[in-house]
Order: sequence, then structure tokens, then C-alpha cells
Amino acid sequence: MACLDNKIVLQMNHIMKIYSNGVVANEDVSIELKKGEIHALLGENGAGKSTLMKVLFGIESPDEGQIFLNGQETTIRSPQDAINKGIGMVHQHFMLVPSLTVAENIILGVEPKKGGLFIDMEKAVQEAEVIAGKYNFDIDVRAKVEEIPVGIKQKVEILKALYRGADILILDEPTAVLTPQETDELFVQLEKLRDNGHTIIFISHKLDEIKRICDRATIMRSGRSMGTYEVKDISTEEMSRLMVGREVVLTFDKKPAAPSGVLMKVRELSVRNGQGVLKVDSLSFDLRGGEILGIAGVEGNGQSELIDSLTGLNKSYKGSICIKDTDIEKCSIKDIRELKVAHIPEDRMTSGCAGNLNILENMFSNQYTDPDYSGKILLKMKKIQERSEELIREYLVKCRSYKQNVGMLSGGNIQKVIVAREFSTGPDLIIANQPTRGVDVGAAEFIRRRLLEFRDAGCAVLLVSADLNEVFSLSDRLAVMYKGKFSGMFTDVAAVTEEELGQYMLGLKHQEEQEGVIYE
Amino acid sequence: MNSAKRFDMFRMFFSVLIALLISFVIIFFVSKEPVTAITTLITGPLKSKRNMGNVVEAMVPLIFTGTGVCIMFSANQINLATEGGFHLGGLVAAAVALKLGLPAGLSPIAAICLAALAGAIFCTIPAVMKIKTGAPELVSSLMINYLSLWLCTFILMYALQDPSVGSASYKLPAESELPTIIKGTNIHAGLLLALIVAVLGYVFLFKTRTGYELRLTGENESFARYSGINIVKVVLISQMVGGVIAGMGGGVELLSPIYSRFSWTSLLGYGWDAIIICTLAKKNPLYTPLAALFLAYLRTGASIMARYTDVTLEIVQITQGIIILLVVAEQFLSGMKHRMIAKEAKASLKEGEVA
Amino acid sequence: MLQSLLSPDFFNAILRATTPILFAALASSVASKSGITNMALEGIMLFSALFGVIFSAMTGNFAVGLLLTMVAGALIGLLLAFFVLNLKTDEILAAIAINLMATGGTVLLMLAVSGDRGSSTSIASVSAPKIVIPLIDRIPFLGQILSGQNLMTYLSLLAVIVMHVFLYKMPLGLKIRAVGENKNAAESVGISARKIQYIALILSGVLASMGGYFLSGGYMNMFTKDMSAGKGYIALAASAMGGDTPVGAFLVSLLFGAAQALANMMQLTDIPHELIQMVPYLTTLVGLGIYSYAGLKRRQKLAGK
Repeated sequence: MACLDNKIVLQMNHIMKIYSNGVVANEDVSIELKKGEIHALLGENGAGKSTLMKVLFGIESPDEGQIFLNGQETTIRSPQDAINKGIGMVHQHFMLVPSLTVAENIILGVEPKKGGLFIDMEKAVQEAEVIAGKYNFDIDVRAKVEEIPVGIKQKVEILKALYRGADILILDEPTAVLTPQETDELFVQLEKLRDNGHTIIFISHKLDEIKRICDRATIMRSGRSMGTYEVKDISTEEMSRLMVGREVVLTFDKKPAAPSGVLMKVRELSVRNGQGVLKVDSLSFDLRGGEILGIAGVEGNGQSELIDSLTGLNKSYKGSICIKDTDIEKCSIKDIRELKVAHIPEDRMTSGCAGNLNILENMFSNQYTDPDYSGKILLKMKKIQERSEELIREYLVKCRSYKQNVGMLSGGNIQKVIVAREFSTGPDLIIANQPTRGVDVGAAEFIRRRLLEFRDAGCAVLLVSADLNEVFSLSDRLAVMYKGKFSGMFTDVAAVTEEELGQYMLGLKHQEEQEGVIYE
Repeated sequence: MNSAKRFDMFRMFFSVLIALLISFVIIFFVSKEPVTAITTLITGPLKSKRNMGNVVEAMVPLIFTGTGVCIMFSANQINLATEGGFHLGGLVAAAVALKLGLPAGLSPIAAICLAALAGAIFCTIPAVMKIKTGAPELVSSLMINYLSLWLCTFILMYALQDPSVGSASYKLPAESELPTIIKGTNIHAGLLLALIVAVLGYVFLFKTRTGYELRLTGENESFARYSGINIVKVVLISQMVGGVIAGMGGGVELLSPIYSRFSWTSLLGYGWDAIIICTLAKKNPLYTPLAALFLAYLRTGASIMARYTDVTLEIVQITQGIIILLVVAEQFLSGMKHRMIAKEAKASLKEGEVA
Repeated sequence: MLQSLLSPDFFNAILRATTPILFAALASSVASKSGITNMALEGIMLFSALFGVIFSAMTGNFAVGLLLTMVAGALIGLLLAFFVLNLKTDEILAAIAINLMATGGTVLLMLAVSGDRGSSTSIASVSAPKIVIPLIDRIPFLGQILSGQNLMTYLSLLAVIVMHVFLYKMPLGLKIRAVGENKNAAESVGISARKIQYIALILSGVLASMGGYFLSGGYMNMFTKDMSAGKGYIALAASAMGGDTPVGAFLVSLLFGAAQALANMMQLTDIPHELIQMVPYLTTLVGLGIYSYAGLKRRQKLAGK
């Protein structure tokens, strides 16, 4: 491929990183990069990929290990240091300042000056345009970042790194937020960069993408390196085996769904976000007991706003939402929970738990008013303790005791605490938003099985997930959300191909739409 | 106790030690007789029964305001109106004692109850403003402290003033005074009340439904909201309860044998002291008496020092400042903490390999 | 009363009363733009008010006194920055600590220097001069307002312009705004957020110290115990209500300055002194309420309800 000479530009040897909460993120990881290659860093969420890259980019300092840059041992003290050494990073979450323009974001930190004191804005715009032109990036550099779409934001990120003279470019899950078309465009540009002699580290857990674009791949599993392979010599099955240690079981032996009565009825729901943008656009659908309705879609197409409205977190919506024949417009979040609704939130750290409180305190936030666990005033601590020990065992939460702070647990275990809490109330309706994101395989499978069990017991499940395998394998019906509407609704999930789904996700295809169509 | 908690304890004692050392250095700079001054500061409170009594008396207002702040801060309501609430509580208690003419026994009870009510209403103002307008309680509570000061001074001057003494009220009737409980000192029944409040504060925060709601909200508001907790109720109740305790503290303090008239024409600073009490007690009301004992000892020592040497009482505020800075500094001695935790993690890693 | 409200003297007094709040509000805005609430303004002002007296008396020169006070302000800003940024102390608690140290420290220091605990009358300090601007002082009405102010008042107005240019036209200002809005973004391009916030807090300390200096060397000619009297807190509100921009902070400071000037003038009436003292705080409280309420409504409207 493009590795003209086999010159090693970077070596990281035996890196160890322990976070101050005691989590060992990298145990003994080594990686080496050749000039002009696209090198995949492959691993599941939590395998330590991001930590390794943070070490390389000077955000975290390793507890042990060495880094060699062009054959010379070096320490990277800070991101600035990394940039000076020709390393650029495009983070998973964009590192842009929304109120500034594209040009301002690109020149931030290395501003062209006039009169020695002031920013030369004209020159900044010019330089930004030149660099965008050089790599064929079509961008209006005077636009404010808060007003441009996600795909363009990512290009701005890459331009930022290139503007600073990056030879080694780290891309942390760059396709996670992109549409397939945007991904194609990105890949063309990455190949061009490679041909120009740039070395690219491509962090991903999407095997097909790695097959498509990468030359070599280093595979990580739970903080260790599982070796580096020529991509053309290794099969996707082999990569996945190295990644997770066993074949991923994603086909569940599901019983056919036996839908019962309608538990949730949504009609003409419209929601605007904090900036006044219409995110959910007169959506109507029904959800029955005993079925799982999956919602697929590129993130940011209104899924979060939909869930917030259904669970009572957002009260300023138009239209109606009925749960078990109760219109929830006047219901508080507590009232909705009392209708036996469970909610697994999208982001477990922001709204799913309190890291500084212990497991017990996190397990009862939705049921402490239950007469089993408290009187009118006092909590029944003994009963709560017994129950939390029970839940810890039942949900296989790895911890020292219920007194351990939730923030000290691993992502998967935190998620188990949340799931245990939500499921232990015996819900009739489960709203699960990204229930297995960033969770290890074992925990993910455990959670998915539980969802199926609840569905078999007659519970209605609304599943929003960015993981297509998950929605495919669990859903009885599958809706695709695009720009606040369902662009497609499939009752025979097995008949839908991933490719077809992609086209609905991108809005290239729409199912015949009628005014006021209701998906039942 | 796990290593993290053990470390926190160690760091707290170390911080206090450093703060004291820095204060001693300052004393060396400003005093002509530094050794006498420091010795008096440290040993003064133990020199007589009276002095020891002073330490215990000085604990009382600190326990009250400290507990109030623990409750508000546990709910992450950074309401600093404890200062004004305490002041207002003192005024209300004085007014009740002077104007209602109630018999002994009933008079202090009525005065303290009304002081608590006044404190509650007062400290709820920032809460109501936050709920109704979204104004941050931090800034509004700072403003109303000054309003409390001038309102109280106004009422003092126009309704309670004893013209023969200037800016002070008429002498409080004996019926309203809190009884002393240890002879030869001014230690009064308010101490018992303070201890009860601290214990009740602990029970409230850690054993009741509402307390749990408060702490959950304080640690992560969006988690609390998502769980179905009524945040508006938490905002309101936490500041109201904090206010009750602050107002009560003001009332108790004024009715104690220490004061014979209401003569507070500037803010006394107990609201700010409460911050250090809350910091040292790690937001747990049960520990406020200990923290108050420490600060009261320091205060008493300093005031004895101020009486006998050329160092002024205000040195304590500097000590207090340094203690807050260091105790709250997460990264203070963090290198040591990290090494400790990394060592543990490595050890458990090895255990895992063996197993 | 009404006549005196329309007299140039009153407007002159507004500018005078605005000066300390304005300096502190600018101090707050630069800190806020970098992402930190600087509640230690109150303590920095109080310390600086005393330092101003001491330094100008020591050197016999107001300019050197001012300069030394500004250095001291910078050092307190540095101290705050060290605790907040390096040791990760909660910024509000760190500020409370500094304010406590200011309350006690100023009395301790004054006692050591002058032997008096209440005020610094025994120290022969030098105040900043009043400046008569030629030509402008001839303009009727306006001349009486704009000319003959204390030097610090002019400096405060100049500071508004300087801070605006600094924040919006200069590289460091861009960095401060970037750090405040998205710290991670700034760090990802190699800007040390810590360094930038250090600079912002030091600058904030300098500006606040100028406000403090004016209290004892312009507004009054001596230091009195607790003389900042919550002006730092009022400035926090002014800066927030002005959207943390220098121009916004200026406009709101003017409003609060007017309230203070009005209170000062009401001293001449029969209204009880204690009630008049409440005016600045009450104005701030009401202003804050209205401003926050408007923001709340705006957000609700955007959300479509």
C-alpha cells in the first residue's frame, strides 16, 4: 500500500496508566506506526484506546513506559508539546468553540497578528481558505461553528490539526457521528492525506471500516495490546475474536413477540430544543405491551428530545403523549414513574447516577418512597441494605460492597447499577436510551437478555440505540428517525438490510408519507 | 475505612497544622512578644474554668450556623444568607423578649421559635428568587445579608433603642434569659439545643426521605430530576431548614447570658464561620460540634491573646481562611494520594493474576 | 429633591459612585469570560483599599502607591488562581477564604501600621488627583459632569475600552474566551487553559485592586474597616447582568452607581439613614431578579412554550 518506506515514525512501549480512581486503563500496551500508513487502533469501548491516545497526545501522563518519536525517546508533557512534535488529534467529541467562526477556531492558539498586538482577521480567513483548498475541503470559513452541520465540524477539526503541521493524525472514532455518505467523503480525504505522507491513527470498533481503509491494525482488549496485524491478512472474524475474546453472540433465540394492548400512545408530538430548533416533528406512534420498538438513526435526529418528552424531563412539547390512558402533560416525572415506567438514560454519568454517592444510594433514587423502603419520614435503612445486596448479586455488579461509591466502578458496572435500579421496580414500560453504550460485552449481553425477558413478560420496550446490531437483533418493530420524523417503520425487521436502513437514516429514502400517519 | 477516606482525614489535620504554623509566622512578624502571644493562644483557654466555659459558649452559635450550612450545601444550594438569618434571628428574639412580656419559660421558647421562623422566611428569599426568576442564590443571598443588617439596625434604632445607651436595645428581661447549666460559667441551655440540632440535622440528612432527596440533588441535580425528585421542593426546603437553624442560632445566642441587650450593628460573621465548620465537618452535621470546638478554642485563645498581648483577634480569620483553602484543595497532597491508590490497584492486580 | 436629581452634580456623583463597582465588574467579567467566578473581588478590593493607603503614604506618591497596589492585587489573583487551578479548590470556597483573610488581615495590618483598629486617619496617604479637562470643562452641564473627576474614574472608563479591545481584538482575549466557553477545545489546540485562566485571574486581581484603591484614595481619603461593604458582590451581579462583556458591565455598573449616588443624596433628607443604606443592595437584588427573569422567559420562549 502506501507505506513507501518502512520507516517507523512512532513507537509506544509498555505503556501503563492507572487513573486516580484506581482504574487500570492501560496495563502494558505497545504500538508502532510506519510513515504514511492508516493504522487502526481497534478495541471495544473501555479497552483503553482513548487512554493510550491521551497519553500520546500529552493529556495524560503514563505511569510506566516509553515513547519514541522518529527513533528518539521523548516525553510528551502537554497537548502543546504533542502539537509541536507534529501530532494532531481529532477527538470523538468535537473540540470547537461554538460562538467563534470556523477561521477563528482554526487559528486559535496560533493567531496571525498585525501590529504585533492584534489579531489579523483578514489574514486568518485567507490562510484558513488556503489550507481548506489544499486538501479539497469545501467549507465557509466565516460561518460560526454553532451553525454548521456535524460533518463539516469534523472537517474543521482535521483542518485545525493540519494547520498546525500535524504529521501524525489521531482520529478518535471519527465515523461515530457521520452518515455513510459523510463517511465515504472522509475516507477519500484520509487516503489523500496518507498519500501525502501523513500517518493516521484510526480509532474504531467498526470492523468493516477498518477493512476498507486501514493498512495495519493494533487490537486492544481490556487495557492490553493483542498484537498488530496487516489488515489484508486478517479476517473480520479473527479481529472480532481478538477484540472480545470470543465470538460475539448477537443472535438471540427470541420467541416471537406477542403484542398485547397499547401502553403508550404518541400523537402529533413536536419538540423544540433550547435553541428553538424543531427536533421532533409531529411524530405519532403506538407502543404495545410485549414488544420491543427499536429506534435507529444517526445521533442528533431528535431521539434525545423524544425520550426527554416521553419521560417527563421536557415539558414544553406540543401534541399528546398517553401512557396507559393517562395524558402525561400534567404529570411530573415522579407521576410518570409511578405509571411503572423505567428509563435507562442516554448518558449514565450526567443523569444516570451520582458518582460521589454509594451504590445503595444510587439504587433507590426511584423507589425510596415505596412503603417497603421508607415510612412517611424515615428511610428503612435495613431493608434498603438487604435489597441492595440482593440486587448487586442478581445483576452481577462487581464491587467491594454497597458502600462503595459508584464513581469508582467501571462503566459496565455503573450501567448494571442503573439497570438494576430501573428494572427492580417491575416496570410495564421500559424506555432504554443507548442501554449498552460504552459497556463491556458481558454486561451488554446481560442487559439485552434482560430486555428480552421483560418483553416476554408483557412489558413494552422502547429502545433507542446507535448500535445497529443491537436494534436489529432485539427489535420486533424498527423505526428509523431522521430529522425528527420516522423516515421508515419496519414490522419485519429480519427483512431489512443494513444498507437499506442506512438510506433511511440519511433521509435518502422515505416511506410514503401521509398526513397524520400513525404507526401501530 | 478505605484508603481514600483515611487520606482525607490525614489531609485535614495536616491542613489545620499548616494553617496554624502560617498564623504563628504572621504573629512573629506583627508582634513584639510573639512567644507569649502564641503560648497564650494555645494554652489560654485551658487556664481557668471561666476560659474553658468561654470555649464551650462560643461553640453554640457555630454549631447552629454550621449545621444550617451543612444542610444547604448538601443540596448544593450555595446560599450564604446564614449570616443575615442569624442576625435577624437575634433581633426577633430581642423584640419578642422586650415587647411581648411573656413569663419565664415561655418567653425564650416563643422568642426562639419566632427567631427560627424569621430565619426561615429570610433564607428562603434567595430560594424563591431562584425558583421564580432563575437568579443565582449565591449573589442574591449576599445582597440580602446587607438588607438584614440595615433592617435590623433600623428596627433597633426606631423601636427597641434605649436612648440612655445609644445603639443598643433596652435591657432584656430576666424572664427571657436562657438558664446556665454549669455553675461558674456562662454555659447555657442553648448548648443542649445546639447539640440536639446537630444530631437532628444528621438524622434529617442521612436517615430521612427528604434528606436523601437533598443529598441526591446536591450531588447530581439532573440525576435527581430524572429519578423523579421534585427539585423545586428540594431548593425550597433545604434553604428553609438552613434558615430555621440559622435564625434559631441567632435567637439562642442573643438570649444567652452573654448578651443583655441587642446591640448588633454590624454583621457578626457567624455565617462565614459556618463555611469552615461545614468544610471541616465534611457536610455532616454530626461532626459540627467537633469542628465548632476547634474553632471556638482558637477564637477563645485568640481573644485571650488579644487581651494580654499586642496581637489582635482578627488573626483567627486568617487561620480560618488558610484552613478552608487547604482542606477544600482537592489536589493538595494529591501526589501522595495517587501513589497510595496506584499501589493498592497494582496490588489487587497481582492478586487477580494469582487467582 | 427633583432639582438636585437633575443637577450636573448628581450625574457627577453617579460617575464617582460607579467607579469602584465598574473596576470590580470588569474584573469579574474577565474572570467569567475565562470560565471562573471570581467572588474574591470583595476581599481583593478590601485589601487594596488598605494597601493603597499604606503604599501611597510610604512612597509619598499616589502613582507609585497605585502601582504597588496593583501588584498586590495581581498577587492575590495569583494566589486565588493557584488554589483554584493547581490545587482544585472550589472557586467559591477559595474566594470565601480570601475574603475572610481580607476582613481579618486588613484590621491586623492596620493595627500594626497605625495602631488604630477602625480607620487609617493617622496615616498620611496621598489620594489620586482630580483632573480638570481643558475645553470640556467649559461645556455647560456636560462639562461639570465629565470634567473634574478623580483620575481613577477616567481610568475606569478607559479600562472599559481597553478590556473590550483586549477581549475581542487581541489573541490573548480570543484565548480567554475560548477557554471559558470550551476548555477542552482550547486545550486540544495546545492552549494551556490553566495558563490562560491564571492570566485572567491575575488581570482580574489588578482591576479589582484599582477599584479598591479608589475606595480609600478618591471616593474617601482613608481606609475604614470593611469599607468594601459588598461592592465586590454587587460587581459580580453587574458583570453577570452585563453578559460578562466590558460594555455590558459598564452599563449595569452605571445603574448601580446611580443607586449609590441616589442613596448618598438621600442622606440629606429626613429618610432614616438605615433605610437609605439598603438602596444599593436592594437595587442590585431587584435588578438581578428582573434580568434573570427575562433570561428565563427567553429560554422558555425558545423551547416553544
